[in-house]
Amino acid sequence: MSDYLLNPKLHDQDVEQEPIRAGFGRGLKTAGEQNEQVVALCADLTDSTQMSHFRDAFPDRFVEIGVAEQNLVTVASGMAAMGKIPFTSSYAAFSPGRNWEQIRTTICLNNQPVKVVGSHAGVSVGPDGATHQMLEDIALMRVLPNMVVIAPGDSVEAEKATRALANDNRPAYLRLAREKTPIFSTNDSPFEIGKAYVLREGRDITLLGTGTMTYQLLVAADVLAQEGIEAEVVHVPTIKPLDDETILASLRKTGRALTAEEGQRSGGFGGAVSELLSSKLPMPLKRIGMRDRFGESGDPTELLQKFELTSDSIVYKARTFVHSIPQYRQGF
Amino acid sequence: MGGKLTTKQLNEKAEIIREDIITMLEEAGSGHSAGPLGLADIFAALYFDILNIDPKNPAWPNRDRLLLSNGHCVPVQYAAMAEAGFFEKDELMTLRKLGSRLQGHPEREKLPGLETTSGPLGSGLSQAAGMAYVLEKIDNIKDQWVYVVMGDGELDEGNIWEAAMFAGKNKLSRLIGIIDRNNIQIDGPTETVMPLEDLKGKWESFGWHVQEIDGNNIESVIDATAIARSTTNRPSVIIAHTIPGKGVDFMEYDYTWHGKPPNHEQAKEALAKLRSLNGKITGEHE
Repeated sequence: MSDYLLNPKLHDQDVEQEPIRAGFGRGLKTAGEQNEQVVALCADLTDSTQMSHFRDAFPDRFVEIGVAEQNLVTVASGMAAMGKIPFTSSYAAFSPGRNWEQIRTTICLNNQPVKVVGSHAGVSVGPDGATHQMLEDIALMRVLPNMVVIAPGDSVEAEKATRALANDNRPAYLRLAREKTPIFSTNDSPFEIGKAYVLREGRDITLLGTGTMTYQLLVAADVLAQEGIEAEVVHVPTIKPLDDETILASLRKTGRALTAEEGQRSGGFGGAVSELLSSKLPMPLKRIGMRDRFGESGDPTELLQKFELTSDSIVYKARTFVHSIPQYRQGF
Repeated sequence: MGGKLTTKQLNEKAEIIREDIITMLEEAGSGHSAGPLGLADIFAALYFDILNIDPKNPAWPNRDRLLLSNGHCVPVQYAAMAEAGFFEKDELMTLRKLGSRLQGHPEREKLPGLETTSGPLGSGLSQAAGMAYVLEKIDNIKDQWVYVVMGDGELDEGNIWEAAMFAGKNKLSRLIGIIDRNNIQIDGPTETVMPLEDLKGKWESFGWHVQEIDGNNIESVIDATAIARSTTNRPSVIIAHTIPGKGVDFMEYDYTWHGKPPNHEQAKEALAKLRSLNGKITGEHE
């Protein structure tokens, strides 16, 4: 039995749902209350990135940048040089999409504690279409030295992650989503930067999730159990630094690995796990995510179904995997 | 800050800086000549008159900040810092070498006294604006300024204008920009590659106080920064007209000297030019 303290209602029809970005908005305001060095900057998307709560509470510590994402992160870098702890927000497609080099040079190479927040990541952005559906952000951020990369699984965790980042002096990227998603954790569930958590124990396959996909894995595990497949679910909110120990311990036990993310499966979370496995524990790995293609306009639920990012498709792929590939055992 | 050295002494500092740039670049075997030489007078003025800093305490919290946004010109900053006592002169010979604190483009984490990392162009003004914003809009600190030196070719970058708009909107009077207007960039003269004029008009329309000066005249530089500091209702920019490669006649005005160091023969000749003020003085032994 896992000691994560999952929401007991997580499988209910009426499970509580909230957008992950709302947890960030609350967490940032609390961080601002606890530390007057916390400042916030936004590129003309204050309400939708939920920075509005911080702005209303601390107008003197909020900086409106307008639609200028390069300026967004570089002004933040300058503020960090003066001892502030800046959080910047925009949509992930624009930040870090547009300003990657400035993040690299003025935040990572400068080792400044700027927290780049990319909201509206993934295809569930919906009708705005491919230009706004950022799928490459995890890949872009995790290859930068000094950068911490976090994709919270629900709004409760997002609030904890935000507050943890305000107390951390490293550069960081925090990935948020637009649509409301089910809350699977509780206030008492653990969250520590750099830690992965076993949400459900199993023996036949490990389902590794990050961000919005972890909930889908929990649902899939429940369905698989009814067919006699016991899936272990590991939630990996911090993609960098990766919790190698927790992930490898699970995979030594189950011998089958499946990752899931709402983003390109190559280069992102699936890429990170691939790299770990091929160097430490080479074994068959199934990566669920976008298959090197862009999103498109549509209703979020339709899009997740089209791109096979729902629990149904995870069940199908996990079942096929278990029935066709033997469990890896170390020592070949 | 202010008034400790005479103009003659400051000019001597500029000459020392120029010589150190030449010897540093020759030893390194790569790097930029024209910009640093042209900036030597501005950097002599900054490090020996204008900036309120303590070379023995680079992290002194009440210091003025200087950012070099056109980071490729860092040899002039390293030379000025060494002459001012931030580190020993012989360390200048480690420029661009493995393990050196004097990286090819300045890195904040490598050398105390540097306020940021730069090289890719366009982001220094924003960072300086962020610092000035904290000083005057959040922490309410008096009597501290943020200076940022920019190249003129660098003004092609959009990030510069984002920062200019931001500083204008917020009336960041603690922010003082100095543009090295030497009219050259890599592919040729600025006005051929990407014309900048009417440059003064552009900055004024963004809400900045603008001065145009002879950037190779140390007194003009000092006077202009004093005027900039006393401008309390908007940010200031000083368009400093400089001669690229100033001090070495075979380098002056030649854009092909932007990105290359002198070889041994050229360095020898350049040092002779510098020490004789471009041939105006001849020594007994020549």
